[in-house]
Amino acid sequence: MSTAGANIPMQGQQASTARQPLLSVRGVKTYYGNIIALKGVDMDVNEGEIVTLIGANGAGKSTLMMTIFGNPRAREGTITYAGQDITKMPTHEIARLSIAQSPEGRRIFARMTVFENLQMGASMNGLAYFDQDLERVCTLFPRLKERLQQRGGTLSGGEQQMLAIARALMSRPKLLLLDEPSLGLAPLIVKQIFNIIKELNEKDGMTVFLVEQNAYHALKLAHRGYVMVTGNITMSGSGRELLENPQVRAAYLEGGHH
Amino acid sequence: MNAPSITSTAQTPAVTRRFDLRAALKDSFRSALIMLGLSIPILAFRTDQSGGDIFLTPRWGLVAIICAIVFGLRLLLHAFTASKAYRQATPSSHQATEPVHAEPSAYQHVSKFAIPFFLGVALAFPLLVYLIQGGLNESRYWVDLGILILTYVMLGWGLNIVVGLAGLLDLGYVAFYAVGAYSYALLSTTFGLSFWICLPLAGILAAFWGMILGFPVLRLRGDYLAIVTLAFGEIVRLVLINWVDLTNGGAGISSIPRASFFGLPFTAGEGGFAATFGLEFNGMHRIIFLYYLILVLALLTNFVTMRLRRLPIGRAWEALREDEIACRSLGINTTNTKLTAFAIGAMFGGFAGSFFAVRQGFVSPESFNFLESAIILAIVVLGGMGSQIGVAIAAIVLVGGPEILRNLTFLQAIFGTGFDPNEYRLLLFGAGMVAMMVWRPRGLISEREPSVILKERKAISGSLVKEGHG
Repeated sequence: MSTAGANIPMQGQQASTARQPLLSVRGVKTYYGNIIALKGVDMDVNEGEIVTLIGANGAGKSTLMMTIFGNPRAREGTITYAGQDITKMPTHEIARLSIAQSPEGRRIFARMTVFENLQMGASMNGLAYFDQDLERVCTLFPRLKERLQQRGGTLSGGEQQMLAIARALMSRPKLLLLDEPSLGLAPLIVKQIFNIIKELNEKDGMTVFLVEQNAYHALKLAHRGYVMVTGNITMSGSGRELLENPQVRAAYLEGGHH
Repeated sequence: MNAPSITSTAQTPAVTRRFDLRAALKDSFRSALIMLGLSIPILAFRTDQSGGDIFLTPRWGLVAIICAIVFGLRLLLHAFTASKAYRQATPSSHQATEPVHAEPSAYQHVSKFAIPFFLGVALAFPLLVYLIQGGLNESRYWVDLGILILTYVMLGWGLNIVVGLAGLLDLGYVAFYAVGAYSYALLSTTFGLSFWICLPLAGILAAFWGMILGFPVLRLRGDYLAIVTLAFGEIVRLVLINWVDLTNGGAGISSIPRASFFGLPFTAGEGGFAATFGLEFNGMHRIIFLYYLILVLALLTNFVTMRLRRLPIGRAWEALREDEIACRSLGINTTNTKLTAFAIGAMFGGFAGSFFAVRQGFVSPESFNFLESAIILAIVVLGGMGSQIGVAIAAIVLVGGPEILRNLTFLQAIFGTGFDPNEYRLLLFGAGMVAMMVWRPRGLISEREPSVILKERKAISGSLVKEGHG
């Protein structure tokens, strides 16, 4: 089981569990042209965890998330998912490995109905479990159930975010990547969405990798967290540790929320 | 003459209620009856003078057509007022934050009977023309015009797959039209293959060229894609001009064999179409056959497109148009999706091309210049990208419009006898485009019909609707 990790230098950093992480990122460097965006990132997501990545604007959080999905591609380093090297795999093939992503900016299909959006999410497994999954998603997001016939573009911001997550769930992922699900949403909706993430993790055992600006909520929710500063992971620890860390507090939690 | 009756009854019932097809049909029928009554003394007989005597020539065909037109117009008027009232009565679905109820939209109401109406007119067109013109030979001009319009309808529908559904702006669509036309021309003149064998071959070859174009442009979008496809169209045309050995250059290929009626040639002698069916030979048989042939081809294009829209591949095209990154992260192979869009769009272009060749009996690179691409694209854009019925209407307006203008003699009285509206075609295009951009910036029929319509309607509880607007 641990053969894939054998020649990876940073092995020691990892917790001493015998289990191999579901997703592991090792020494990943990503460039936009000549500009380096990720300067050698190491990160693990274990099965059944909620892992959150916080950081300021432009730190490279979204780039890391997109790099995991192969767009842009990592120029150096390796990304392993369930023992399989996915560093050079085309994006659509990665998506078929039961990883689902709710990308930054939601990216729902605005002119298609909510129902059709959800179908697109399930298209990979040939709509085999569609009715079942639709039911489940509608229970998670009752708001979407009301709006199945409505065009995606006519939904409110919060509903669009729900749709983006629901669409990602339709492919029955083992690992769910969420990029800033709280972006531009009212506190009440943010709370709802975080509750749903928690429910998915606890009830369905879904592994979640969450990229967030909203550090307080994200760290409270997460089992573990990473802090990213200008393309480097500078800190890691359990969610609680990071929440209590004075540096993290100063940089990401001051400003009197909650 | 029946104008007063339109204004008196149209306003009251439609404004308050939604469109009621039965009432509309009834009312339209009544209008047609009034028209019939009015036309008996005015239209039904023509007085012809011959020597000192006056003869009455009955014109019941004309009366029937005018009644049919009144019926159709009246129905359209109903649909129009109903859709307008409906739109005013319900919040626009584009801005609604409340759930929009699942009742069919105004567009669906219009299309519900606009489609049978258009289809009926298209099917009956040669007969109608025959009745109006009073003879086969006299109706040739109109049937030819019908063929021309239908060719563009088909091309528009073909391009609609690439531009409207997959969102790939293609300015060189005429290249595939050319590939189809030359495929038939070359295969039939050199190998003597019949039209029915060449038609699928032309489609396959065009689809193949669609893929050839697709590969280099996979990574391009928007403006860059448009420029490359434009160049592709020109390259094909220039190759046709300069590869004289194969294509006979600018002189073109002439005496292309004509299509047969499933093996029966349209000739005067024994074994011809007319002789087999016991008809008197007439060259118009072939023209009418061509009319129905292009009608079938166009409907096939439409049918395939509608079916594909419901299949995963069609849905993937639409998703690709909306958001390529989201598509990829949902596991859609965007490479294959784009290539199939190009290939299938090109295939229908190829079918239309080989039809063009068999109809003209002559092909030359002249016919496949950039203007053709522009016209086809204009049809798709004016029709409303992705809307099948919109494209058909736009083709009728853009291709049939100038021809109809030519037949309006009073224009010549205004602009002088030398006035030829065809010369002002581009001006009309431009004016039409500007008008569209002002009044209907998203095309004649801009609404996309969802390909899945859920039957059940949900009662919406007020508490859920109010909760958390943000």
